[in-house]
Amino acid sequence: MPEDWETGGFGLYIHWPFCQAKCPYCDFNSHVSPQVDHARWQRAYLAELDRVGAETQGRVLSTVYFGGGTPSLMAPETVNAILERVRRLWPVSNSLEVTLEANPGSVEAGRFAGYHAAGVNRISMGIQALNNHDLQRLGRIHSVEEARAAFDIARGVFDRVSFDLIYARQNQSLADWQSELREALSMAVDHLSLYQLTIEEGTAFGDRYARGGLRGLPDDDLSADMYQVTQEVCAQAGFEGYEVSNYSRPGEESRHNLIYWRYGDYAGIGPGAHGRLTLGGQRHATESWRNPARWLDAVDAGNGESLRDPVSCADQAVECLLMGLRLVEGVDAERVKRLSGQNLSTESVAHLQDLGLLDPGFARIRTTPKGRMLLNSVIAELLGD
Amino acid sequence: MTELSRIRNFSIVAHIDHGKSTLADRLIQLTGTVAERDMKEQLLDAMDIERERGITIKANTVRIDYPARDGHTYVLNLIDTPGHVDFSYEVSRSMRAVEGSLLVVDATQGVEAQTLANVYQAIDADHEIVPVLNKIDLPAADVDRVAEQIEDVIGIDASDAVQISAKTGMGIPEVLEAIVTRLPPPHGGTRDAPLKAMLVDSKYDSYLGVVVIVRVIDGVLKKGQRIRMMRTGGTYDVDRVGVYRPAMTSVDELGPGEIGFLTASIKQVRDTRVGDTTTTEKKGCEAPLPGFKPSIPVVFCGLFPVDSSQFEDLRDAIEKLALNDASFSYEMETSAALGFGFRCGFLGLLHLEVIRDRIEREYDIELITTAPSVVYHVFMKDGSFRELHNPADMPDLTHVEHIEEPRIKATIMVPDEFLGDVLKLCQDRRGIQLDMTYAGSRAMVVYDLPLNEVVFDFYDRLKSVTKGYASFDYQIIGYRQDNLVKMQVLVNDEPVDALSTMVHRDRAEQRGRAMCEKLKDLIPRHMFKIPIQAAIGGKVIARETLSALRKDVTAKCYGGDATRKRKLLDKQKAGKKKMRQFGKVEIPQEAFISALKMDG
Ligand SMILES: Nc1nc2c(ncn2[C@@H]2O[C@H](COP(=O)(O)OP(=O)(O)OP(=O)(O)O)[C@@H](O)[C@H]2O)c(=O)[nH]1
Ligand SMILES: C[S@@+](CC[C@H](N)C(=O)[O-])C[C@H]1O[C@@H](n2cnc3c(N)ncnc32)[C@H](O)[C@@H]1O
Ligand code: SF4
Ligand SMILES: [Mg+2]
Repeated sequence: MPEDWETGGFGLYIHWPFCQAKCPYCDFNSHVSPQVDHARWQRAYLAELDRVGAETQGRVLSTVYFGGGTPSLMAPETVNAILERVRRLWPVSNSLEVTLEANPGSVEAGRFAGYHAAGVNRISMGIQALNNHDLQRLGRIHSVEEARAAFDIARGVFDRVSFDLIYARQNQSLADWQSELREALSMAVDHLSLYQLTIEEGTAFGDRYARGGLRGLPDDDLSADMYQVTQEVCAQAGFEGYEVSNYSRPGEESRHNLIYWRYGDYAGIGPGAHGRLTLGGQRHATESWRNPARWLDAVDAGNGESLRDPVSCADQAVECLLMGLRLVEGVDAERVKRLSGQNLSTESVAHLQDLGLLDPGFARIRTTPKGRMLLNSVIAELLGD
Repeated sequence: MTELSRIRNFSIVAHIDHGKSTLADRLIQLTGTVAERDMKEQLLDAMDIERERGITIKANTVRIDYPARDGHTYVLNLIDTPGHVDFSYEVSRSMRAVEGSLLVVDATQGVEAQTLANVYQAIDADHEIVPVLNKIDLPAADVDRVAEQIEDVIGIDASDAVQISAKTGMGIPEVLEAIVTRLPPPHGGTRDAPLKAMLVDSKYDSYLGVVVIVRVIDGVLKKGQRIRMMRTGGTYDVDRVGVYRPAMTSVDELGPGEIGFLTASIKQVRDTRVGDTTTTEKKGCEAPLPGFKPSIPVVFCGLFPVDSSQFEDLRDAIEKLALNDASFSYEMETSAALGFGFRCGFLGLLHLEVIRDRIEREYDIELITTAPSVVYHVFMKDGSFRELHNPADMPDLTHVEHIEEPRIKATIMVPDEFLGDVLKLCQDRRGIQLDMTYAGSRAMVVYDLPLNEVVFDFYDRLKSVTKGYASFDYQIIGYRQDNLVKMQVLVNDEPVDALSTMVHRDRAEQRGRAMCEKLKDLIPRHMFKIPIQAAIGGKVIARETLSALRKDVTAKCYGGDATRKRKLLDKQKAGKKKMRQFGKVEIPQEAFISALKMDG
């Protein structure tokens, strides 16, 4: 039976699947719906909480995360009802972290106080770009001015505020990004998520890219340079990269996300939400119905889950590495060994160390900064068969 | 049995796409051989690959009955032949079975290389030739110019060439009349003489076993006879005798001058040899017919399963295909790089492509094809001699006295404006000009070329420098010594046997450089830098360095969706399966062929 220290605690993820508009790059489970029956959704979340709560009774909850979609479109009453129920179902840690993803529109900003009153204590805001031209190209419906205003309100209400930017955009030069990043750092409070634009299959950008459109994306070398510059500039400003795309002041990491990366236990509730739960000594992967209507019906029938599978030890070892190597702190080699029943190939580890991609030593498997930029290749080498 | 004077046997020959199969369609249709509702375009091209590519690969025989204007009904046996040079062997043996040829010339294109090659073969076979000008429905058709060209270039009378459109059916009745009035009936042939039949072709049918196509010269072939193949010595009981209309139709017997098929529980196509003479086991004929020169594979390459666990499936597929294609040869091969596979021999590149496609599609085996090579003759210092089918097997040079390579005579027809580019291409490929003549605005150049410079991408290059306006035909003329060496390729300091090639010493540097540059583009960047070198006997003659990959990380995190991350990993691994591992380096499959293509 894994201990909490090993799995990084226990968290709860709640997925809200609606947005005002669908962004062309986004392949998250998000939908645009003209009408949302907030009362019905609230009932459904509460029912699911009760179901999961009964299975995980007594576990100490350390984080809650409202993700999306756009959770800042949720009625504050819904958030309040959920958090009330959460506190009833689980003992919560003294420093319970409750994050809500917010889009930087004016409507949302009006609800911040309500969320705060409900118990939300951290906001992660999707600002994405600090110039209007690029915001438009990314298909965002807010402007920089609105974003700044919403951000200021959030800062006034919450102690912990993070925001997201997407870089490595079309026709963005290294210098462009550098100055935008400096501007972002001057606004930043304690945390930043900086993602290079990923072209996903099945999105509008994915289609355009496949047809030869979407020109002016940076080549490998430029995006490598951009990434390196990001590391340096953030570090100078006191924001250390602790994960591939996440930067924070010391101690201000997203504790909820750390549970994922440390491959801890988390329950997932809401359409398409994933969970990893240890039940009766066996680790399980859970998934809920992706389609919002389908999920509601399933919940009405008693259970929103579409899948619950035991995860074999070998798969756990793989997942543990896939998640954990994203962190600068890396992964405990002993834990991987215990799960997989064998050591990683010493030949592969030595090869990666020789190339300067893994830190020397065998107790923790940890990428070097150079290795982190090549994480997919590094993992393929470590897990290649 | 039909009276000899009422039989006409002929082949339809032409350059690729000039409309042979379409003409055959019209002849079949106009004579009512096939019900209207069963008619479809290029009816005789029955194989999937033929229909898909719109080309004929196998020659096909059809018997049609034609009530002529003279009031008699004639039996016409037509053989539709392939136009592509790789299958010219099909044409030559078909011609041996008949007395005349319809020479189809596309009136928008004129005389092309295979037109010429076919005429020479027809003359060789003592054929009467009826020129047919096709596609006159097209505005670009220039009947007068093409007729003149036939007279100038080929030297046959084109004044009474039949003008047709195989597409619209215009002129087809005139073709039928010309067949009857201008082509000769079968020569000689005695019904009472011992059976003497020419084995024209054989194919494997999964229901009937081997089906043998014969042309009876003397005597009568019937069901129940015990027959003997005079050269291979096999004896068989004839189960069935019939003709193609074009469906297999049983007949009681085949008499002199007739063409049809027999089945006789023969297991393998290999047990029959085209050109052999079939006779009765008892009281057979005395002397066999002269026979044909066997077709020999001239292009060799390795075929390896991408998934090495499919080796046995590949063996099975290759054996089955070889059952039906005697001109395709194979032997097992092992490669340090690619594992177990087969070294296969083909008549040419199209033949190679066709076989490879069929294995991939009909047997669902993904293949790695190594670069095609030719057969070298290696003369050793100790006086021994060996045939080299695979550059990787090249013996140590210190024991080699000299090496000879196959040479071809290539005939290229090309419009004036592209002549310069064609000459340059031939020159670049070590060609020696043998002849050059003009006919109107077209030139005909004849080159002596090393086959090895041609097998690979010569045809593609020719097409591209002439915008598709050149045509090309070749035949092997023999072996000649030259300064040939084996060039190895080293990737990350390790030799990759599947990339070894034989090259002329004078071209080695240039080719080595081109190959290293190509590989640099073809091999994806790795976590470390990779030297790529070309070497001759340990001496490096060209080098490139593939720089290390700098960034390969998924920026986005997918929250708690660990499953998705695992799927991405699996996808990455599947992608790797399309690569071959050499030490720490992964080389994509297509590199094994693309690296050798020459752009210049
Ligand atoms: N317009 C026009 N097109 C024709 C005519 N005859 C043939 N074609 C077209 O020319 C193309 C080639 O015709 P095929 O009959 O397959 O030619 P082929 O000589 O049998 O070709 P191979 O067997 O590959 O050598 C097809 O697309 C035909 O439809 C014609 O009289 N007029
Ligand atoms: C769950 S998403 C959406 C949060 C919120 N709805 C928003 O759009 O502001 C979290 C973050 O992932 C990032 N993201 C989404 N799609 C991306 C893509 N295709 N490439 C890079 N980053 C992406 C964005 O920065 C986004 O803020
Ligand atoms: S990026 Fe955010 S706002 Fe845009 S569609 Fe995705 S989840 Fe919704
Ligand atoms: Mg044809």
